Amino acid sequence: MIPRHLIFGTAAMLVIALAAGMYAWHLRRQIAHQQIQTDVSHPASPAPQGPMEQVTLWVAEDDPGTLRARAATIPMPSGRQERAEELMRALLNVYTQESSPHPIVPTAEVRTVFLVDPGLAVIDLNRAFAEGHRSGILVEELTIASMVQTITANIPGTTRVKFLIDGKSQPTLAGHADLSITYDVSAIQQLASVLQNTP
Amino acid sequence: MHWSRYRLRLCVCICLVISAPVSGSSGPKQLTSFSDAASFSLPVREQGGREYVDLMEILRRFGRTDTRSDHDRWRVTLNNLTVEFKNGKTRFKVGKSDADLSAPFYLENGMGYVTVDSLTTLLPLFLQTQVTLHQNSRRLFVGNPAVHFTAQTSGTALVLNFSSAVNPSISTEPGKLRMSFSREPLVAPGTERLSFDSKVIPSAVYSEENGTAAITVNGSAPLFARFSNDGRTINISPAPQGAAQAASTPTVNQGNAPAAPPQAPAPASSPIPFVPVFAVIDPAHGGDDQGEQLSPQLAEKDVTLAIATRIRQELQARGMTAVLLRSSDITLAADQRASAANRSQATVYIAVHAVSLGSGVRVYTSLLPASGDSRGPFLDWQTAQSGYRTFSQAAAESVAAEVSRRQMKSRTLVAPLQPLNNLEMASVAVELAPRSTIADLNSPNYQQTLAESVAAGLAAAHDRLRKP
Repeated sequence: MIPRHLIFGTAAMLVIALAAGMYAWHLRRQIAHQQIQTDVSHPASPAPQGPMEQVTLWVAEDDPGTLRARAATIPMPSGRQERAEELMRALLNVYTQESSPHPIVPTAEVRTVFLVDPGLAVIDLNRAFAEGHRSGILVEELTIASMVQTITANIPGTTRVKFLIDGKSQPTLAGHADLSITYDVSAIQQLASVLQNTP
Repeated sequence: MHWSRYRLRLCVCICLVISAPVSGSSGPKQLTSFSDAASFSLPVREQGGREYVDLMEILRRFGRTDTRSDHDRWRVTLNNLTVEFKNGKTRFKVGKSDADLSAPFYLENGMGYVTVDSLTTLLPLFLQTQVTLHQNSRRLFVGNPAVHFTAQTSGTALVLNFSSAVNPSISTEPGKLRMSFSREPLVAPGTERLSFDSKVIPSAVYSEENGTAAITVNGSAPLFARFSNDGRTINISPAPQGAAQAASTPTVNQGNAPAAPPQAPAPASSPIPFVPVFAVIDPAHGGDDQGEQLSPQLAEKDVTLAIATRIRQELQARGMTAVLLRSSDITLAADQRASAANRSQATVYIAVHAVSLGSGVRVYTSLLPASGDSRGPFLDWQTAQSGYRTFSQAAAESVAAEVSRRQMKSRTLVAPLQPLNNLEMASVAVELAPRSTIADLNSPNYQQTLAESVAAGLAAAHDRLRKP
């Protein structure tokens, strides 16, 4: 015959083990749920703040393969770096519209722009930007030239521009345009002057 | 970083020496796989006295592959078939049934390794096709991609005819000319030793080693190799009197250029100087790098190769020597392309691209980067092109003019395109866009028009492409 206190003790331990197991299962689900929420949420860009300003965006047009300066009025923060980031976002906003003259995938984003003295701008784009970009010498070159020209037209003193993808240098944008080099602004300006002419 | 010209060239030579084992038979152990889809080489590692390869690295070349690792179990899925292995065990699961490998599977850092000979058991399961392994030479044939050849003498020459285009590395030594086929699924003829009724070329030997096949032609005089018939025929003949004595220097994709150039006699041990060629033609992309997927059936890499081959023919028809940087579907890095082109000491480099966007032909020269200006005798790799831009522009304008003469749209631009900045010669890239539809890019007539334009443009600018 099993003593009664042993039966009660064993039953109590089983209940405690069951409760602890359920609690652990509940915690795991909670953590997994939080991770999923973190994974699916995109990094939210802070809403641009600052007075509205007129800026110049250099917009690529695939047909006929040209670059055009366009005036745009956007909210511009006071800091130079924040201004550079807003300019790039405004340009990407043009390209991710349905009626874009130079379509770029809607998930493309500018992660950040670093301004490093003297005169170096480092534009860090997300992986989707490169992976979704169309392949071809001209189409990739138009993207590069448009971004460099937009930065230099609005951020005085920029002499060189370097592109990163997800914080890292990579060989090309989509198989053609060289992203391993640092771009000389004056060379891009010469290219832009040619690209303004309709072929 | 600044480089002297001497150092730059030295570096180029070192790069080529380093890359030589890729196409040669020496160097680390490797397995070469051939199929209609792709040819590739993989490193082989020794474990317990047996030769192992990374299974995932092979399977991923044949389609989308998923792997899952759980403690000592490793599962891999390809073509809706899942196979499960256990670390250290020969038994593996295919669906609900079991089978055995010839040696234990092993797992390291999440990667699964099987012996080379196990591939003949595993690959047919995944790919539903015949797989043949030449075990001693580690050459794997998936499906039936074999390239066959015949050899016969014609006068004093030996004519080798191949069932498809080949692009071997060629080296020579006294009394021998060796062709190494690292990317072609070349298979042995009926007998490995071929004898000919010729005093100049009495025999040739077929051999295989470390993933590479080779044909060694024995001769009583220094020998030349000449390519024709779009790379399907190689003519081997005695070099003219006074040709360089042989030495073994691999030549990369010499195309129709002779393997041993007619130079002043040189010591038997000295390397053979390269034949100065007029043009190096670079069909962009290749191998793993598809370029733009122009249509579901048409990749940029295939169009560029077709156009480049036509350009070579057109240049040769105009009496100018031209070589291709690749004549098969192989992967080449931009630096490899630049190194090989610089080493050829050609007058002009032409990269060939194709694109779906726009129409007509665009001709590009280099857009040099911000840093790395050459100073004094020092030449920076990233700006090696800086001294040749005038020549490049002359080439681009001449080609564009010829394109326009043929009623096609043309445009000249600069572009940040690798490897234009690294080249020590006049350098241009041509990008062919459709006339009206994507199908134009695959049209022989359209490709031929571009090829004629490029060749005529370069011929017209011939005297303006380098310093007198």
